[in-house]
Amino acid sequence: MSPGLIYALAGALLFVLGATGVIVLANLLRKILAFNLLGSGAFLVLVGLAQRDGGTDPLPQAMVLTGIVVAVAATALALALLRRLHRLTGQTRLPDEKEHG
Amino acid sequence: MADVRFDPLPWLILLPLAWAGLSFLLGPGRGARLALAGLSVQLALALLLAAQLLSGGAQIHAVGGWGAPLGIDLLADGLAAVMLLFTQAVALPLAAYARVYFADDPHGRATHAYFWPLLGFLLAAMNALYLSADVFNLYVTLELIGLAAVGLVAAGGGGSQVAAALRYLLVSLVASGAYLLGVALLYGVYGTVSIATLTPLISAQAPLAVGLAAALMAVALMAKTALFPFHFWLPPAHGGAPVPVSALLSALVVKASFYLMLRLWLGLFAPLSVPLAWLPGLLGVAAIVWGSIQAIRARRLKMLVAWSTVAQMGYLFLIFPLLAPHGVALQAGVMQALSHGLAKAAMFTSVGVLLRATQRDSVDALAGAAARLPITLFAFALAGMTLMGLPPSGGFLAKWLLLEAGLRQGQWVWPVAGIIGGLLAAVYVFRVLRQALLLAPPSSQFHPVPRSLEWIAFGLAGASVLLGLRGVEIMALLAVGGRS
Amino acid sequence: MSAFARFATVLLAALFATTLVAAMFNLGAPTVDLPGAVAAQLTHSGVAHPVAAVLLNFRGYDTLLEVAVLLLALLGILGVSHDDGVTTPTPPGEPVLQALARMAVPFMILTAGYLLWVGAHRPGGAFQAGVVLAAAVVLLNLARVLPAWTRPGLLLRLGWVSGFLIFLAVAAALISQGHLLQYPPAWAGALILLIEVGLTISIGLIMSGLFLLLTERQTSP
Repeated sequence: MSPGLIYALAGALLFVLGATGVIVLANLLRKILAFNLLGSGAFLVLVGLAQRDGGTDPLPQAMVLTGIVVAVAATALALALLRRLHRLTGQTRLPDEKEHG
Repeated sequence: MADVRFDPLPWLILLPLAWAGLSFLLGPGRGARLALAGLSVQLALALLLAAQLLSGGAQIHAVGGWGAPLGIDLLADGLAAVMLLFTQAVALPLAAYARVYFADDPHGRATHAYFWPLLGFLLAAMNALYLSADVFNLYVTLELIGLAAVGLVAAGGGGSQVAAALRYLLVSLVASGAYLLGVALLYGVYGTVSIATLTPLISAQAPLAVGLAAALMAVALMAKTALFPFHFWLPPAHGGAPVPVSALLSALVVKASFYLMLRLWLGLFAPLSVPLAWLPGLLGVAAIVWGSIQAIRARRLKMLVAWSTVAQMGYLFLIFPLLAPHGVALQAGVMQALSHGLAKAAMFTSVGVLLRATQRDSVDALAGAAARLPITLFAFALAGMTLMGLPPSGGFLAKWLLLEAGLRQGQWVWPVAGIIGGLLAAVYVFRVLRQALLLAPPSSQFHPVPRSLEWIAFGLAGASVLLGLRGVEIMALLAVGGRS
Repeated sequence: MSAFARFATVLLAALFATTLVAAMFNLGAPTVDLPGAVAAQLTHSGVAHPVAAVLLNFRGYDTLLEVAVLLLALLGILGVSHDDGVTTPTPPGEPVLQALARMAVPFMILTAGYLLWVGAHRPGGAFQAGVVLAAAVVLLNLARVLPAWTRPGLLLRLGWVSGFLIFLAVAAALISQGHLLQYPPAWAGALILLIEVGLTISIGLIMSGLFLLLTERQTSP
């Protein structure tokens, strides 16, 4: 049970937790936080699984750096949209998805 | 390889990135002419690429000179070239439409303040996706497309528009996250993310992790293409966005994730995909039925067209149970994607004219439109022809090919579903036409709309109908290149 | 979301988690040895640290697209952050925080410069440096030394886009070498440094913008 594999397993669990959170939670801020959890889980799997035999591999490390930047950008956009929604409607939940014109 | 031959691959990505950056620099609301110039050059490059492929076969461009698996490879084969040509050819008239549409709308300055840079990044991302041969690079392009699309949907909008954008963003991000987990599993097992290197390594005896990766990536891409039951984000987003944005999203953006799913299904995960191939087909049938019913019931015109997109995306997935590389089903799927793209762009652009004229987003308010806006109504009707699958349109050719593929393999249920879908499409198309052909009530007022908007819609609709006549050339281009 | 749907989702998630965990055991060694290939080509890459080499040379195309992602997020935020004139009254000044900010920021700028320089040999680089710069700007805003940003002027837009455009220009110019982003080995180090400097400033400004465009404008003291 190398350290790499432990990180990967933890990452897998975090991913599932995060994905469940985005789907099940109603409050938008919590959905965004759950998304961050999901992202971190995927990054852990990427780095941990590749380095499960103990070596250091620069490729997944570089890929995760890229991924972190992408996640930050996406979170910022999501938060901006949430703020705007709150300012316009006072809501922090999405309207019922079944409604349509 | 002769060094003298000009390689359009990197320029198809660099050019839109450049004019997107420069448009941003020029400031809010600026950049339309730059975009149109850039798009024209991109269209020329796509045509050049098609010509090069027809004479010389598939092309690879090793970014950085390193070559996979150390570096990232760009690959242009027939499928990529067809999608590139399609994307530039639809984006150019839509950009021209957007320019006139926004100029005519003094109240919505905030909506189009940053439209042109966003459009540039969206196009660059789509071109990059069609050319990339590296699963992690594809993740980055997927995120680019998602963020650009969400930015376009949200810009300048009110509460419901922002909510729709936020819903779209969350679905997109979870899907990308699932895709990234798939990439992580693949890299963990094989130590590379290059498609060319991975494809020969994956066999039917691949470890469970690879099967999970395939499932994760497939679900992610189905969600991004709004396949039932992941379709719920599309109608509010496409129905609520400004008309040029809706056209771009329905015509082009959803095709990108579909392309990627095709690419992975046929190439990378080909040994694994056969047992569950009926599942996308079944979900496609559900999408056709549910989407058509909701389109028939829709009261708002833009929502009708958006639900129609959900139904038509279902068609694309009918081909999965029938696929074999370079078989007839692949041609059917590509033809359907192209025809739908042109027809949906035509439909949204004509709807935009109708909404401007009647100043209301309602099917019932269309009475009298046929007399005042005949070109637009004709465009809508022609686009409807393609969606219904009437000859000689591209939609008809797609259904014909699907029928041929189904009969060849003894699975007739998928073509039958396609035909039923065409009949359902007729119901909602005729609903609009019938309403528009009614005499206008005396109190109705029609606002003047620039003629060029109508002609662009008409041009797109005409192209979707005439596409069927050019089917042979498209199939020839599609056949170029290797199996991935 | 109904209780049944919630339960079903959690159940499916648990099932998926178990399968995922099970799939990670007993995998053989990776088939392709990329770390070896990276190490072999490191001397030709222009930098000494393998991660920097991957980020800016071998997979520099990913980095180019990644900067585009940052710009896109900024564009999205600009699209929804109108200056609708809403301001909040300025709270009373906090002299301790302001003094701390004014002392810390020069050190942070120095740290950013160090991170940028050392990125070629040790963990560091343009992104880390840019983020430290952004943190300095955010600190100044929180200490009410720097006001929130509303309508970006030409200079700010130039700052945001220039790093990306420099990267793009270098990438395009290098096509003359045969391929996109193909650095000639003798010039690789210098070109990468040029790109990183541009990126540091741009990323710092973009990240600052992600915060400062969202924060509330305050009436001037």
